[in-house]
Amino acid sequence: MSFLQVTNLSARIKGSDHRLLRGVSLTVEAGEVRGLVGESGAGKSMIGKAILGILPRAIEITGGSILLNGTELLTLSPAERRRLIGASTALIPQDPLTALNPSRRIGPQITDRLVDILGWSRSAADARATELLDEVQITDPTRVLRAYPHELSGGMRQRILIASAFAAEPKLIIADEPTTALDVTVQKQILKLIATMQARHGTALLFVTHDLGVVAKVCQKISVLYGGLVVEDTTAEAYFTGPAHAYSRALLAATPKYTNPEASLLPIPDAVIAAVQADVDAYDRRVP
Amino acid sequence: MTDLLRITGLHLSLPDLNRKPLIGAAPRIHILKGVDFAIAKGEIVGIVGGSGSGKSTLARTLVRLLEPSAGTIHFDGQDISHLSEAALRPLRRRFQMIFQDPMSSLNPRHTVAQIIEGPLALHDVANPSDRMREALDAVGLGQRFATRHPHQMSGGQRQRVGIARAIALRPDFIVADEIVSGLDVSSQAQVLSLLERLVADLGLTLAFISHDLSVIRRLCNRIIVLDKGVIVENAPSAEVFDTPKAAATRELLASILLPEVGADWQT
Amino acid sequence: MADARALVHRRAGLRLWLSAGWIALVAAAALLAPWIAPHDPLAQDLFLGRLPPFWMEGTEPGYWLGTDSLGRDVLSRILHGARIALIVAVIAGTLTCLIGATLGLLAGFLRGWVDLVISRLIDIWMAFPPVLFSILLIAVLGPGLTSIIIAIVVIDWTRFARVVRAEAMAQGAMDYVASARVAGRTRIGTMLREILPNVLPTIVVLLTLEMGIAVIVEAILSFVNLSISTDDPTWGGMIAEGRTSVHQAWWVLVFPLVTLFLTVLAFSQLGEGLKDRYDPVLQ
Repeated sequence: MSFLQVTNLSARIKGSDHRLLRGVSLTVEAGEVRGLVGESGAGKSMIGKAILGILPRAIEITGGSILLNGTELLTLSPAERRRLIGASTALIPQDPLTALNPSRRIGPQITDRLVDILGWSRSAADARATELLDEVQITDPTRVLRAYPHELSGGMRQRILIASAFAAEPKLIIADEPTTALDVTVQKQILKLIATMQARHGTALLFVTHDLGVVAKVCQKISVLYGGLVVEDTTAEAYFTGPAHAYSRALLAATPKYTNPEASLLPIPDAVIAAVQADVDAYDRRVP
Repeated sequence: MTDLLRITGLHLSLPDLNRKPLIGAAPRIHILKGVDFAIAKGEIVGIVGGSGSGKSTLARTLVRLLEPSAGTIHFDGQDISHLSEAALRPLRRRFQMIFQDPMSSLNPRHTVAQIIEGPLALHDVANPSDRMREALDAVGLGQRFATRHPHQMSGGQRQRVGIARAIALRPDFIVADEIVSGLDVSSQAQVLSLLERLVADLGLTLAFISHDLSVIRRLCNRIIVLDKGVIVENAPSAEVFDTPKAAATRELLASILLPEVGADWQT
Repeated sequence: MADARALVHRRAGLRLWLSAGWIALVAAAALLAPWIAPHDPLAQDLFLGRLPPFWMEGTEPGYWLGTDSLGRDVLSRILHGARIALIVAVIAGTLTCLIGATLGLLAGFLRGWVDLVISRLIDIWMAFPPVLFSILLIAVLGPGLTSIIIAIVVIDWTRFARVVRAEAMAQGAMDYVASARVAGRTRIGTMLREILPNVLPTIVVLLTLEMGIAVIVEAILSFVNLSISTDDPTWGGMIAEGRTSVHQAWWVLVFPLVTLFLTVLAFSQLGEGLKDRYDPVLQ
């Protein structure tokens, strides 16, 4: 039994036939990292949002199921769902700048959830926050907890968001492009930190990204999306030694690789796009 | 080979408005601190650096969007460092810039045709609409894009309009500032190979600014590494990758995540 | 996406048509008042005082919306009142817009000392209490249509200047402006060809809002008896008169009030509707 099991998930814009997800199935085992890759518009962020129940109001789920530790999320009442999601999952967002409230100190932004949802005492939560900041290698936790977001660098803020994601020991974390907004030189440290924390806490991690370099470093499994359709679901090992699907092969060849400049950054051939688009159209004919 | 662009002792400081006192001038932050280099005709030079290295400021100074505080910029033998906007105008046709964010660098309320023809009309180019169509073809966008507005296109298509606008004037020199960093992998590859082809076909000289050494490796003959406003390395591409000399270069190299399992993770 | 947009479009279309329709109606009333008004708006007949509107008991045929305490026909007075309301809306609105938007655009795009001068001027101007300021102005200029228009322009230009300045500043930081410079466009050329099209939608919305505000200001000044001579029917004047007899003849107050309300609402919706319909970025 997988910790997260998404089966045949479909979504579209409300009241239209514009499909966003086309029968997406994927699993994340406990303690495993799955990369969700695709270009903009492929629907990769949508899946994470559907799991957390934070889809925009204009989008509706038209079918499928999301099992979290055996519980079907899509049939729960909103209140029950919120409680379950709040207690067992967390999100590492893309933009560390907007994800923290600029007018509140860091400390309470980490501890709020522990106190409000999990019923911890204020002092226990404060102690936990200090411990967490120490774990994400922030050297003077007491000062940082009393600081406001604008006093900290982007990398520092992302560390805080990581700490905050792990605060309640969630069983599943969804990371939505967590390093895209960061400076290149900070990106690697943050990725290593996420990988270390994930391994130490044994958390299941769904890692949404457009960067195959990132996937290669942190993920064991990978799902490649195109037009809301999963075109390949395989292990990272297998993917990076030889992707099976033509589109995912072309995506890998389009990724920069300085060790082999001639065979990287190759535009995706039109024929490959036509073929994968044909798969999407075939799905639409099969599933009206 | 003759130098098309020669930069000597370039300094640039800007007022730091965040720390401006209530009364009086804001303190100035030094962004470029004595930069020297030259770009020969037909060369493709990569300028690389992390955030805060001053690479975007340098890009804007090369096309005189900013005026240097000290030092000189010679373009084709002429000192343009302190030319007035009016004196620069006739020269502007010869050096163009492609911007990082194609959404903000294209006027949202103009059509693609207006965006490309605008600069042509300013320089009294004959038959601007023919030239516009030519440029659209050159960047692989069909004529049907002429009537579209920027928001009706994808990021990659918008960036191609940015390129079309720059090449339509038939300049000698183009500065490309992080032009693929906001694009998807596939558009990134497309835009780069397009640029590579255009540079060869049109005999352009190119300064390609990026934070990503992998991208630069593919395109450039020579790499200039900028760190905290100073050039720390200026060498042929292969040399920079094989025997990086500066710590900043090594740090940038180490920050690259290769799409391979395991290989470079534990460094 | 297509369908969600169509929905927005339909709603925008309805809003545009309803508001434009009402304003067209008011404009027609203003132009044709002498011919379509059933009675002379000034004709008094004490025997026909306080006639109720047509659906109530004790009416007189031809007096559709009843009469006021002096026996003047409410409908005819509303139709004639539309003239002043519309003249004030169009002339005061346009002048305010031209002056305010120009200053705002110059300040926001050119920055530097131009901005410094205009911004300080706006700050100082806005420190005056507007109601007192307008009453004072009219006291100096003497009551009348021109005075009202001048008062509105003098007080309200800051509204445009502030918003347009902020908008022009935001647009000025965009790279398409830098790109125009690289192409060799002059400062003024950039302002007119690049920035103006991008602040125009905001200006249109502000302009129609201002037209609505002008109608209200005229009504308020009429209400406090500082507007046109008391003979000419104005909506504000009617509301002021109707207030005194609201318990005996509510219609004298309510009909001009509803007309005023709908007209101001229509003006504000017109701007939003135009923007939704014609702004290329929202297509």
